[in-house]
Amino acid sequence: MNPNFLDFEQPIAELDAKIAELRAASHGQAFNIDEEVGKLQDKLKRKTADIFRNLTSWQVAQLARHPARPYTLDYIQAICEEFVELAGDRAYADDAAIVGGLGRIDGRSVVIIGHQKGRDTKTKIKRNFGMPRPEGYRKALRLMQLAERFKLPILTFIDTPGAYPGVGAEERGQSEAIARNLLEMSELKVPILCTVIGEGGSGGALAIGVGDVTNMLQYSTYSVISPEGCASILWKSADKAKDAAEALGLTAPRLLELGLIDKVLREPLGGAHRDPRNMAIRLKAVLLNQLDELEKIDAVALLDRRYKRLRKYGALRAA
Amino acid sequence: MRVRRAMPRKSNSEGVPKPQQPVESHVSDSASSGPAPTEPALPERIVTAMPDAELFDDENDMSWLTKLMPSRIRTEGKGDPSGKGKVPEGLWEKCEGCGAVLYGPELERNLQVCPKCGHHHPIAARKRLTALFDEGPTEELFALLEPVDALKFKDSKTYKARIAIAQKNTGEKDALIAMQGKLKAQPLIAVAFEFAYMGGSMGSVVGEKFTLAAERALEQRAPFVCFSATGGARMQEGLFSLMQMAKTSAAIARLRRAGVPFISVLTDPTTGGVSASLGMLGDINIGEPKALIGFAGPRVIEQTVRETLPEGFQRSEFLVEHGAIDLIVDRRDMRDRLAALTALLMRQPRVA
Repeated sequence: MNPNFLDFEQPIAELDAKIAELRAASHGQAFNIDEEVGKLQDKLKRKTADIFRNLTSWQVAQLARHPARPYTLDYIQAICEEFVELAGDRAYADDAAIVGGLGRIDGRSVVIIGHQKGRDTKTKIKRNFGMPRPEGYRKALRLMQLAERFKLPILTFIDTPGAYPGVGAEERGQSEAIARNLLEMSELKVPILCTVIGEGGSGGALAIGVGDVTNMLQYSTYSVISPEGCASILWKSADKAKDAAEALGLTAPRLLELGLIDKVLREPLGGAHRDPRNMAIRLKAVLLNQLDELEKIDAVALLDRRYKRLRKYGALRAA
Repeated sequence: MRVRRAMPRKSNSEGVPKPQQPVESHVSDSASSGPAPTEPALPERIVTAMPDAELFDDENDMSWLTKLMPSRIRTEGKGDPSGKGKVPEGLWEKCEGCGAVLYGPELERNLQVCPKCGHHHPIAARKRLTALFDEGPTEELFALLEPVDALKFKDSKTYKARIAIAQKNTGEKDALIAMQGKLKAQPLIAVAFEFAYMGGSMGSVVGEKFTLAAERALEQRAPFVCFSATGGARMQEGLFSLMQMAKTSAAIARLRRAGVPFISVLTDPTTGGVSASLGMLGDINIGEPKALIGFAGPRVIEQTVRETLPEGFQRSEFLVEHGAIDLIVDRRDMRDRLAALTALLMRQPRVA
């Protein structure tokens, strides 16, 4: 089994391997293998489409944290002509689980902030598996306030299992750091465009997720609690994560249907990790479109619109 | 835990009697006239019960207590499922702080604070608010809001069933009560979380009621006070719950901009999504003594860092030390201190 593929992706992995093998075997030889490869590629496409046609919520949750999924810095690199990363919260530390800085996208200046995960053991630890501590959220806020001072729109990329539940994080006010961001983001006088690119893990995600528009990539998730966490509390067993994923309604199409997000960005066949370039192109196009729309609105109207948007979240009735 | 089970049923000591059944001086009457509820203890209650119950699980305490307690009361706690026990429920309470045996009605008069050691026991939201406001007319706000099961959520029970049980057990429609009245003759709007209702969790109704109350406070320029007692966001409402964090925080931002005071009183326990939104956003943050306040619960942290947490970690005193809250206020002084603080903020004359 190929560890870079999820279990339900194994047929894809096998076809991938076959194609690679055929190419390697024919290297330098005169045989024409194009036809054979073409056939396999067609088969691969059909197989992938089959697998992805009816994904369960739990499978989507696994795709959202796929080890090969593009992360914030991958998208930044793909969509920006320039990017200067800025570090630190000016008070305690720089948290590598959140990255941010000044970027240029299609000629215009923006501030980009996102959760960042690592790829290998070393970078995973450095990035704390994408779980920010308070200084990460405070760095994010500092950069957002910088954006406001210079009238730059803010793009956020959400991809975290959640805020880090550690001793130091508690001591330094994890709750306050998240709460403060929610409050401040509701009143920042520049457009804020939030996109969930992978895992939208609870308060740790929302802390850079309050704005004028919420996008989700097709196979990303956004949830009040992880399926595992929910299962261990309500089902008393983490094995029930599959059921919890279903019950929580954490997939992009479902959340769009519930009116909790604004747009679902279709992913390439097989998911963003199968064609990151293509995904980045789509993401860029959507963000630029949304920027155009939001930049037409003056600051007062923008804040009014934002409040109304937040205000409508809820499902309840009056007896 | 063992000690507590040997005691009169805990569910009545937490100050959440059915509203139409005042515990006050009628305890013996009501208990002898009607059978005790046959409803099994609330699962939510047990799961979220004081996380530090084991602190009081002390064998010495136990033997001391058994000696002291009249046997007829002791047997009652063993659970008489037929409900035919003759012993009034909740007449005697054991203090969770010092182990002293306290007379229920007296404890209640003392706002569930142990008169011997000052330990703060849980208090029902409605009682807390009633105790806060001046005597005289208070108006309950937005009382008609009710939860809906938008996700058709089902684990071992359906969310609908959980709502029904919580409503039956607490007599409340959801986990937040909002009221408007006077505090020392000045207008005040206050909300309180009912922990006995699904762990005081914040779903759409809680978020909406809080926001409406904040908007009312803004409109009337009346100080706004929130007493939180909650495990955080309500899982059964999925992302709707999470979004209440953003909604309530945005409402507080508006109060802030208008210079209308918001005082957040954090009581035991306040964790998760509520702590990470409205809880920590007071112009003044107050903790009740020894209240557990934090983002992650102690068990989650212990599992993550794989070490035992130090004594007093995430308690109010710890939060003052680490700069997260302004001060600690004893529940019995809450009225006076809140009146003094709001008067100072509103530039009103000193309150008597």
